[in-house]
Amino acid sequence: MKASQKILSLVAGMFALGGTALHAEPVHPDEVVYEDWLVTESLSGEPGDAERGYEVYTSRSQGNCIACHSITALLEDVQWHGTVGPSLDGVGARWEEADLRGIVANAKNLYPDTIMPAFYKSSGFIRPGQRFTMQPAEEPLEPILSAQQIEDVVAYLLTLTEYPE
Amino acid sequence: MRGFAKGAGIVLAGVMALGLGAPLAAQPIEDTLIVNEELEMTTRIPAPEYMAEIFDEVISGWHFRTGETRDMQRDDFDNPGMLFAEQGRDAWNTVEGDAGHSCASCHEGPESLAGYWTQNPRIGGDSNGELWAAEQYINNCRETRMEAEPWGWDSNQMKNMTALIASQSRGMPMNITTDGEYAEHWELGKEIYYTRYGQMQLACANCHEENNGQMIRADHLSQGHINGFPTYRLRTAGLVSRHNRFRGCIRDTRGVPYGIGSPEFVALELYLASRGNGLSVEGPAVRN
Repeated sequence: MKASQKILSLVAGMFALGGTALHAEPVHPDEVVYEDWLVTESLSGEPGDAERGYEVYTSRSQGNCIACHSITALLEDVQWHGTVGPSLDGVGARWEEADLRGIVANAKNLYPDTIMPAFYKSSGFIRPGQRFTMQPAEEPLEPILSAQQIEDVVAYLLTLTEYPE
Repeated sequence: MRGFAKGAGIVLAGVMALGLGAPLAAQPIEDTLIVNEELEMTTRIPAPEYMAEIFDEVISGWHFRTGETRDMQRDDFDNPGMLFAEQGRDAWNTVEGDAGHSCASCHEGPESLAGYWTQNPRIGGDSNGELWAAEQYINNCRETRMEAEPWGWDSNQMKNMTALIASQSRGMPMNITTDGEYAEHWELGKEIYYTRYGQMQLACANCHEENNGQMIRADHLSQGHINGFPTYRLRTAGLVSRHNRFRGCIRDTRGVPYGIGSPEFVALELYLASRGNGLSVEGPAVRN
């Protein structure tokens, strides 16, 4: 049983016992409600953590957002920012939380031709594999990022309200 | 008006970023490739007619690499790929199989295949109307003429041999046929080129057509031509075949690649090679 399924079972169990769930159930990637490209509710039911979001942003094994986007203030800490996507300087000032959540989850709702992968999407792929193993995967897949990782990276992006001088 | 306002914000941010020292796309480097101080390579040309809407100019991946990497390709003593081509020359002259032949028994020196690589893959006499890559012609010779065991597509022996054969055409322009009996293969290759594979939904075109010149982390995206294959790759310190590179790219989309040697990859090879028509054959090139 995968970790996320364990959590789901645990949560379901709590409901079955009639207790109050301490943690809300994450929205399944196939059931995310997009209003145009906006997603207004937390995908995990929890608030995001910007510090963890920084890790999601910079870590190659998580979001690896830095592969394509640059943030001037981050250049001191981490070298080699990508240029495929737009700079995210000031991104938290020009977008609202619901925009950022929707764009990270599936940017193609706003930009149909974008190269940006959908980070919270489970099905509708061509020749999907199990991560980088080249072995075929059955849909629905685990999304690239978990619901909480999406919330965390959105929280981090919302801290980027300054444009560099 | 929400979308409009947001869009304007992005444009504004982009304009601001330009003046603020943020990382910028690195352009292909201005340079000239002359190998062994005598063989001048064509590494930039106006795009062929069927590419005119895509690129103004077709540019070899050599221009997207660092000075150190570019320098390695200027001299055969500095190009590790040529060591493997020399091993291919040894194999060329080695008798193998029940028929008692080597490559040299029929072809004499490898220079007899000068020009072959400019039209690889191709439909030829041995292929019975199929589109075959060089690896298939080599194995056909081994099995039917030499009566020897075929080599694995991605084996070192095969890569050494393709490096030797490619090197005989260095400096000659890629000259892939795209019409007539090639048209259906070319169309299949094109379809694959524009298909978004895997969980990351990435097509060849997303990186190498729309974003060449941009950086993915420290990696400078090229136009993705294959005139330099088999390529000596610094990352793996060995030769890499065209199909191995295709497989790696689709793997990196979190997708399931077609098989090495599959008709789909041979078709993709034809289509990709044609996108670089007019560029010099560089194989074995040096890349990172």
